Amino acid sequence: MTTIKLQNLRKEFDDVVAVNGIDLTVEDGEFLVIVGPSGCGKSTTLRLLAGLEQATDGRIGMNGRDVTDTEPKNRNVAMVFQNYALYPHMTGRRNITFGMKSAGSFTDEDIDRRVEEAAETLDITDLLDRKPQAMSGGERQRIALGRAIVRDPDAFLMDEPLSNLDAKLRIQMRAELTRLHAELQTTTIYVTHDQTEAMTLGERVVVMNDGQIMQVDSPQVLYDFPENRFVAEFIGDPAMNMIDVAVEHGTAVHDAFELPLPSDGGEDGSTETSLGARQSKEQQAAVLGIRPEDFYLAREYPDLGDETFTATVDVTEPLGDSLLIHCSVGDAAFKIQAEPRTSLQTGDEITVTYDPERLHLFDPETGEAVYHSANAPASPERVEQAPRG
Amino acid sequence: MDGVIQYTKRRIDAVIGRTPEQTDQGSNAGIHLQLWVLVFLVVFPIAVALIVSTKQQGIVTSLGDLAPGTYALENYREAIVDYNFGRFMWNSLVMSTVVVAGKLVISVCAAMAIVYYRVPYKDLVFLFILFTLLLPVPVRFIPLYQLINDFGWGNSLLAITVPYLASATAVFILRQHFLSIPTSIVETAKLDGVGPIQFMVYVLIPMSKGVLVGVSIIMFVYAWNQYLWPLVIINSEANQVAQVGLQLLQGDVQGGQLSWSLVMAGSMLTLIPPLVLMIIFRKPLLETFTIQQK
Repeated sequence: MTTIKLQNLRKEFDDVVAVNGIDLTVEDGEFLVIVGPSGCGKSTTLRLLAGLEQATDGRIGMNGRDVTDTEPKNRNVAMVFQNYALYPHMTGRRNITFGMKSAGSFTDEDIDRRVEEAAETLDITDLLDRKPQAMSGGERQRIALGRAIVRDPDAFLMDEPLSNLDAKLRIQMRAELTRLHAELQTTTIYVTHDQTEAMTLGERVVVMNDGQIMQVDSPQVLYDFPENRFVAEFIGDPAMNMIDVAVEHGTAVHDAFELPLPSDGGEDGSTETSLGARQSKEQQAAVLGIRPEDFYLAREYPDLGDETFTATVDVTEPLGDSLLIHCSVGDAAFKIQAEPRTSLQTGDEITVTYDPERLHLFDPETGEAVYHSANAPASPERVEQAPRG
Repeated sequence: MDGVIQYTKRRIDAVIGRTPEQTDQGSNAGIHLQLWVLVFLVVFPIAVALIVSTKQQGIVTSLGDLAPGTYALENYREAIVDYNFGRFMWNSLVMSTVVVAGKLVISVCAAMAIVYYRVPYKDLVFLFILFTLLLPVPVRFIPLYQLINDFGWGNSLLAITVPYLASATAVFILRQHFLSIPTSIVETAKLDGVGPIQFMVYVLIPMSKGVLVGVSIIMFVYAWNQYLWPLVIINSEANQVAQVGLQLLQGDVQGGQLSWSLVMAGSMLTLIPPLVLMIIFRKPLLETFTIQQK
């Protein structure tokens, strides 16, 4: 039973601010993923949690206990590293048991029983007598996971544990981690730079940039209702198209096209008000965000809507399951994810339509989201995410 | 520039119709020739010494004198038995072993502290340790001599070992090696609550085996070859070391009876222990030097 609470946590390295005052609550048994570009402070946050770095300011609480200045070994957390961090001269079994034996708080029978259990869970029984150099990357990471599991820690801290594995193995281990978490129900904090990993593994995902939290939400909410431009562009591959427009009387106006913004969006009031405020003025600059898969070729989806405009194809990239079209209209360039096997040439004119439910507007200066055309979910999920206490 | 040379080489090969394989063979032969010349330069004096140690008098004045003599057994017996050279060898061995063991313990602890602990002014301390490399032992002879005598250690094993126990070279090599061990391994141990001694014994030392052996060999050879300091501080023959002992083999110099063959026999004997160690541990030794190159 572990809840972790970070309050105004800050870490500076000389003159670099790695973590710039973050507040976060991790619920008991939750699988929380921290994702962000390199240098965003995600690993530092994890290391602060582990006690491997000393916080410059702020507090870390575990189960209501202040552990900000507690020694790493007294925090009862287990960490899994990107490079597995196995002792190369020890067998798999010794790697798993070494820490426990050194800590001295387990009896030998207890250790043996736990190792057997963990080995069975992870299917590594036949690896226990091998040394790391005789194991593959996936096997090594399994041993490292085994070492984390046997101690029955209050929390697992994982620092890009799958980044050293090849693509196929990574997908396999991803599923395995999900299964493992469902089985153990241990609070897990998982750091990655890979947004696919973040989306597939996380019950909630924290998006970080420049040492600050940009948004914390469940993966789908993050995808559908990004709170700011950074999240919108970071989550999703290919990235969301961003087009500079002017908002006039509920319509996004660009030199080459006009997109009416459905006014039923944002019924919870806040976005409505801000958009309303914008509408009242004559004209407001904004950034229109539409995901490539929310654009459609009008000839493939004739009944989607009447709002269409014409664009010119620049480049096409066949992705197998879809066709990515780089196209431009006026001075705006954007990408469309269309049906595969569409024969298009550079320079072709295409008629483009879009899903009016999936439009986003961002403030050009602050980057804050000011409008989502779909209703933000008033789901329990969202209520739950309000930080407690 | 390299590219130009390669290109020219290829052009020439193309013109005279040589395949790249043939070129490789050619340059390999060249390299082998160079190596043989270098090996000869290194081995020649040792070979001469070996030959001289088998002769009666050992004065070399012409090429004909470089034929092996028949007094080998006699010379070595005389050196070991009559001149008690075995005793000197033993003293040297004890001194070298103590120095190596002491250096290892101190260097491992120092390097571990420098790499893994948050010590104030750590970099400055390390620089200071490196700075001692600028002060070779002979520079310190006079104060050291005074100090050792004040301690009452004169003429003892302590006098020839303790001044050598700290080694900046060893600390430096070990520090570089410890830095190459992934920090995540250290951090895992930290999270598991592995204590510093346990970490050193069960993680650090096993992971540094190769380097430790390599460093030990270097230090052993260094200690084994000590000459000047033992000459100054040791004045009883029974406690003297082999390198100084060689001098005693010269025999009756005043009487004009400088027996080079005995000196050379002693020299050959002193070569044996380092040679044996180097042959046994050549692999970790080479690995240590590769690490230094990194």
